[in-house]
Amino acid sequence: MDKVKIGTCWLDGCSGCHMSLLDLDEGIVGVLKSADIVFGPLVDAQEWPEGVDVALIEGAVSSQDDLKLAKTARARSKIVVALGDCAVTGNVPSMRNGIPTRKLLERVYIEGAAESAGVPTDGVPGLLKQAEPLQAAIKVDVHVPGCPPKPDAILFVIGELLEGRLPELGSKLRFG
Amino acid sequence: MTEKVKVRIDGEVIAATAGQTILEVARANNKYIPALCYMEGLSAVGACRLCMVEVAGAARLLPACTTPVQEGLAVATSSPQLQSYRKIALELLLVERNHVCSVCVSSGHCELQSLAQEHGVTHVRYPYNYPRLSVDTTHPRFVLDHNRCVLCSRCVRTCAEIEGAHVWDIAGRGIGSRLVSELQRPWGEATSCTSCGKCVQACPTGAMAEKGWGVEEMTKKRAVVSRLTTMREGM
Repeated sequence: MDKVKIGTCWLDGCSGCHMSLLDLDEGIVGVLKSADIVFGPLVDAQEWPEGVDVALIEGAVSSQDDLKLAKTARARSKIVVALGDCAVTGNVPSMRNGIPTRKLLERVYIEGAAESAGVPTDGVPGLLKQAEPLQAAIKVDVHVPGCPPKPDAILFVIGELLEGRLPELGSKLRFG
Repeated sequence: MTEKVKVRIDGEVIAATAGQTILEVARANNKYIPALCYMEGLSAVGACRLCMVEVAGAARLLPACTTPVQEGLAVATSSPQLQSYRKIALELLLVERNHVCSVCVSSGHCELQSLAQEHGVTHVRYPYNYPRLSVDTTHPRFVLDHNRCVLCSRCVRTCAEIEGAHVWDIAGRGIGSRLVSELQRPWGEATSCTSCGKCVQACPTGAMAEKGWGVEEMTKKRAVVSRLTTMREGM
């Protein structure tokens, strides 16, 4: 039997959810018996491959690059999991949403700069007007809140998906 | 003269006293009905809509915290329809302001957070409102963060009914409603505030907190506030 293909990515988040994923400890060995991680910060692939079974997406959708990657992951994956509070609710990245983008950038890069003040434009993706939860940009199949989600919740979710079931978090559901 | 009545909660016959509310009878008999704006020892206002129950013969849902029992009343507390409405009510509370659990002093001890988890709110199905709201840090010991306020008015009632100072009120209408201290004076300048801190203890979320606590560190002593009423009734 072919192994299940898991892709992971990290949009506007702190990488904490990926840390929690690594924190599965020996649990990851069990996962890798029936699955391969084919894309993400933990592997070398440069582009989200076709035919992914499970996409684990951390972070809010905050920039044009985030939006593009989220849409690509959606188009090329069967099941999309919003992993962690940023992907599920917007969380900390969304705290900027009441402030117009231009004012925000000026406050940080001009008023807040000790030297070489100026809003960077080269090589950085444009900010979207608001940092939104993943479901505002693409269809999400499974929501796993938590900041970060506990490793046992992630292991449970992956386990259920590998068994072909949509996970019901129950008592593992936790925000913050 | 207290009149005894018999009511049925989820099929079970329970003896109650006329004048008690459905919620009081349910809680006294270990029947769980969720509630957020209700707090023992305070008047009930029926604001949060989480305690809505089905009453046999009534065409609409009724809030358990403000509906008095009467002889023969039959109540259903947790039908799938009620569960679905409660979930919607919680989602609407979550989208209205900026409830960012991960940076909240009350995370892990928050009634809104635990109700959402208990009702299986894995995400909200409505667009977030992202209002820009202020944080009042003018009081030397306490802080009021409007981002986390659910307008339950427990602080308003605690201050007016238990402390007797009535510093707090709710101004404005609908989604523009805001908790205000002393006709919009900053909390630190409110001359009628005794700084007793009971409003802070009564607050179900991290909207009111003691200064100096970090994320997840602020626990509240709600029972202490409720007990004041019980003790006065006994006097």
